[in-house]
Amino acid sequence: MADPTVIADDVHVVYKVHAGGRKGGATAALGRLLSRRPGPGVREVHAVRGVSFTAYRGEAIGLIGTNGSGKSTLLKAIAGLQPVTRGRVYSQGRPSLLGVNAALMNDLSGERNVILGGLAMGMSRGQIRERYQGIVDFSGINEKGDFVSLPMRTYSSGMGARLRFSIAAAKDHDVLMIDEALATGDAAFQRRSQERVEELRERAGTVFLVSHGIATVRATCDRAIWLESGVLRMDGPAAEVCDAYEAFTRRA
Amino acid sequence: MEDRRKGRRPVTVPTAPARPRPPGPGRPKGATAPSSPAALAAAHGLIVSGARPSLTRYIAALWGRRHFVTAYATARMHATYSTARLGQLWHLATPLLNAAVYYFIFGVVMNASHNVPDYVPFLLTGIFVWDFIGSSVNAGTRAIHGNLGLVRALHFPRASLPLSTVIQLFQQLLVTMGTLVVLLLALGQTPGPSWLLAFPTLLLTAVFCAGCALVMARIGSKSPDVSQLMPFVLRTWMYSSGVMWSIDKVLKRDDLPHWVALALKANPAAVYIDLMRFSLIDSFTARSLPHHVWPLAIGWALLAGVGGFLYFWKAEEEYGRG
Repeated sequence: MADPTVIADDVHVVYKVHAGGRKGGATAALGRLLSRRPGPGVREVHAVRGVSFTAYRGEAIGLIGTNGSGKSTLLKAIAGLQPVTRGRVYSQGRPSLLGVNAALMNDLSGERNVILGGLAMGMSRGQIRERYQGIVDFSGINEKGDFVSLPMRTYSSGMGARLRFSIAAAKDHDVLMIDEALATGDAAFQRRSQERVEELRERAGTVFLVSHGIATVRATCDRAIWLESGVLRMDGPAAEVCDAYEAFTRRA
Repeated sequence: MEDRRKGRRPVTVPTAPARPRPPGPGRPKGATAPSSPAALAAAHGLIVSGARPSLTRYIAALWGRRHFVTAYATARMHATYSTARLGQLWHLATPLLNAAVYYFIFGVVMNASHNVPDYVPFLLTGIFVWDFIGSSVNAGTRAIHGNLGLVRALHFPRASLPLSTVIQLFQQLLVTMGTLVVLLLALGQTPGPSWLLAFPTLLLTAVFCAGCALVMARIGSKSPDVSQLMPFVLRTWMYSSGVMWSIDKVLKRDDLPHWVALALKANPAAVYIDLMRFSLIDSFTARSLPHHVWPLAIGWALLAGVGGFLYFWKAEEEYGRG
């Protein structure tokens, strides 16, 4: 029996959303502030409802579901980045979300962003120096001239996405989660990134992948979890779950 | 691709969870031996995701990220004026222009310079030190709330964000203080051993600001509306801290109770500004300082620094909640 790496036990995530709309006048707002009642503008979104599963070492798990079904929220909850409202998530080591985008700055050069992103993910300066060339080569942004020394805001959207994925994928993780990152770049880059996911998975133990591309899930994952409206609808071999999901989306 | 996947499959798919299961909370858990998820987690040494680390672990983790904290601060400093034609020159020009405006209004129009010897150095020191304190509090309020994307994307001790904000502002302060020293020499101040007191003053001010930024970061993350109020609070604080006027000279009148002047002079912003003036300006003597000024400066720094850090750490696992 393989070791479990992530255990989700009846996970619920509720968002409080400050929706616009009618909020009443200033006096009403002040009254709410004093009485600490949530205003009519605050709505609760029950994004994940009682999801339980156990992930094991060596698995690549695809999370599928229609838009707004709670896939990304569930990933964030597993990573410990989105606090869960009810239930528990247990994990081996630190699950990492493959999302370094937020730490990067468009006004800085690609070179400085590689360093900044690496540091943000917890790599040491030595590790970054070691892997720097690999990251730049993998992203392929220098294939058409010396782009890495230019500010990132001058990149095309594809180039930016490629560099972001390369930075994020440069680190080895215990549990790795990828949110829609594989759909970026041209065909050659997509092939490279799929190979990289394989590598990461061999070293990481468990890879989670959120994708709308059912083909990507079939190709890269061996297990799939299907969420619908925050409820776990099906959990099993990728091929079976994808078939059922496709049948469902065709009917809808 | 398809062939490779098939070839690997039998090895990687474990038997227990790989069956399609009906949805709903009542479904049986997998066929594994430990009955509850908690027991299974304990058996394999899994820990709860996103739990708050102990204080010592937290400090260790923060120390481990020190390169990120400084790199993030420097990166933001460089990114600030990157689209401006004059670029980094604005780090110098902005505070000087700011000082020029205050000099015109307070020094010339309202004649606050009356009775204050060396008014220009007095004003410049006040504005530069205040800028650091005020901006730290203001930027600290938005340190977590304005970086929710980062907080929700990566793991790192959240205190990195307010601290890197303060480091960024401290770098800015060092630039302006360097300019100030040049200006002081040009204005005919003579450098003496008392100038060395500027270093402990800078250090204590930085610790105090870091603490304030941490406190405000937690408050701002819970109630973002506070950041709308901060400009008013800060302006009140600035005007009552003697940044552009001398608390001594204005409050010498007898019609004000003694404790008002005392409270104004003991407020942390005034303490740090006056200490800086005392160390750099010849005509600003110890008589203008409140009693026990060093214990006061150290006390404020420790209170804000230690208290702010503990207060921030207490809510570590809650940052990023929607």
